[in-house]
Amino acid sequence: MPTSSQKSKNTHQEWALQIILLIALGLVLVWLGHQTWINLKSRGIQSGFDFLFDPAGFDIGETTWIDFNSDESYWVAFAAGLLNTLKVSSLGILLSSLLGLALGLAASSTIWVLKAISRTYIEIIRNIPLLIQLLSWYVLWVEYLPASSDPIILLQSLFISQEGLSFSGWVWMIPMDGSFLDGHLQWNAPVVSPDGVQSALNASPEFLSILMALSIYTSAFIAEIVRAGIASISKGQVLAAQSLGLIPSQISRCIVLPQAARLILPPLTNQYLNLIKNSSLAVAVGFPDLVSIGNTALNQTGRAVECITILMLVYLTLSIAVSFVMNQIGQSMTFKD
Amino acid sequence: MIKKTTFVLLCMLVSLHCFAGKTLESIRQKDQISCGVNTGLAGFGAADSQGRWTGLDVDICRAIAAAVLGSADKVRFVPLSAPQRFTALQSGEIDILSRNTTFSMTRDAAMGLNQTAVTFYDGQGFMVPARMGIKSAKQLKNATVCVQSGTTTEKNLTDFSRANKLDIKPIVFEKLEAANAAYFSGRCKAYTTDASGLASIRSREAKNPKEHVLLPDLISKEPLGPMVRRGDDEWFAITKWVIYGLLEAEEYQITSNNIESLKSNSTDPAVMRLIGKSDDMGKLLGLDKEWLAKAVSQVGNYQEIFERNVGEKTPLALKRGLNALWSNGGLQYGMPIR
Repeated sequence: MPTSSQKSKNTHQEWALQIILLIALGLVLVWLGHQTWINLKSRGIQSGFDFLFDPAGFDIGETTWIDFNSDESYWVAFAAGLLNTLKVSSLGILLSSLLGLALGLAASSTIWVLKAISRTYIEIIRNIPLLIQLLSWYVLWVEYLPASSDPIILLQSLFISQEGLSFSGWVWMIPMDGSFLDGHLQWNAPVVSPDGVQSALNASPEFLSILMALSIYTSAFIAEIVRAGIASISKGQVLAAQSLGLIPSQISRCIVLPQAARLILPPLTNQYLNLIKNSSLAVAVGFPDLVSIGNTALNQTGRAVECITILMLVYLTLSIAVSFVMNQIGQSMTFKD
Repeated sequence: MIKKTTFVLLCMLVSLHCFAGKTLESIRQKDQISCGVNTGLAGFGAADSQGRWTGLDVDICRAIAAAVLGSADKVRFVPLSAPQRFTALQSGEIDILSRNTTFSMTRDAAMGLNQTAVTFYDGQGFMVPARMGIKSAKQLKNATVCVQSGTTTEKNLTDFSRANKLDIKPIVFEKLEAANAAYFSGRCKAYTTDASGLASIRSREAKNPKEHVLLPDLISKEPLGPMVRRGDDEWFAITKWVIYGLLEAEEYQITSNNIESLKSNSTDPAVMRLIGKSDDMGKLLGLDKEWLAKAVSQVGNYQEIFERNVGEKTPLALKRGLNALWSNGGLQYGMPIR
């Protein structure tokens, strides 16, 4: 048994050790940064983040919420790229969760056909590299769908063609030289003309390919996580619920899923983080996400270290934010006893 | 993304040490030149099914290897993507970047690079399907245009679009396959990159190359040529003068076929100087007397390199045009070797 004085000595030593470690780590980082700086300088490579305020000089094919033109500075271009990344990631998380949950439930089902379909889907999708799936979706979309002057029309409201998806819905129309508040709500219905589909609500094939690829790929992993979570709930609980007279939908909604959710959450967080990071593959099919904009900026300014640093920091921040939120949700689910 | 990041970080770490010696010394020590080339652009830098590299950019590296090390085979080719290429050169991973790279002020002044000599005068052009009946790039109003990322093309396209109020919508691809698929399926009305690149893509990827036309407008100047690291003037001079030498060889009609007979028969003082029969010009560069003779006999002069890789008898079928010698109305002008 250590005495109390020994104990406090040990804690002091531990503290000192940790502080020394932190300082050493800090010094290494400072030294690396300093060396990089000296090396860049000695080779005549200009560096610094000042370029962020220079006009970008390139256009971005599609933007979310904001309009971008080439007079605006690089940091606005980065922001436009980030918004595109956020759009595709958030929709991807939503769709992959819904699809994954459905597939996971199907895989746990006692109905043989459902189970077989779900198992096959999971095994095929999760064993093909994402990039290949992404390129296949894109090629499928642009090669095999009809031209936009002759689209496939579903229910008079979904127009599918080589140039993407156009759909009906309410839009906030802003007059030509008015502000946002001058707008009014208007029903948009796509019209087919010889020049293609005219519509205010469109999704490009680039966006749809990356969204489909991310959602479908991630849903296979989520389905496995859901299935495993459900399988971990002991049979006894289900039998007990049955003996109390609960019907199967009640059992899964009130007994199985709430308990499985606690187990599902940590691996699910991982899948969400993967999805966000995988969205950087969008550059392969020409969707202007953050990486695509970063690459263009890197090429035009030659500030490789700076551009890559920005990309890393943004993805790091996004990932930390998502895991923080998921941890909060997880904590609110723990057993309170 | 991760690969690229690691690459940049590794280069930064490695670069702490890899700048000790002069480039020429380290090349002699390795007995090999590391040459950064395109990952696959037919006619300029592409590996064939046997893994042998061919192309105009590739041959420039071979010629330099022949002049410096005596053998055109002493080259290690490093295929590089557009965003990787400058970092690879800056960090010492390669000795020379010969990868259809445009010379520009930003690259020369701010990136620690030296631009050697222009090996191919190019310009950014447009390719459209012939059935559209478009005659000029100025007719591309509101068009979606497929662009390959990582070059100066995006900015040129935007400048052109704004100057002519065309409101062109770019779709920027990193993967060549996706860009090609998008264009050839009709997702984009037009495809833009350097005119030579368009010819290369048309010859290799189109089901029927006749169904696509290159528009006459060139919207930018794209002088392409090799780059070296800043801070090594000797190596800079060698690369520059080997390229000028290939041009001079064409001008004096020294070819890989006739060079042996010229060595024994020629009495023209300029020819004798070039092939190392009179003055020792190689000494000025720290090379041996027959530096240029070796390059020409193993790789050929500029004309032979051009015709072999991109000329009218190749699938690219490019005319000499701007790349003809100055004496034939082109821009290629080898500085005098004397």
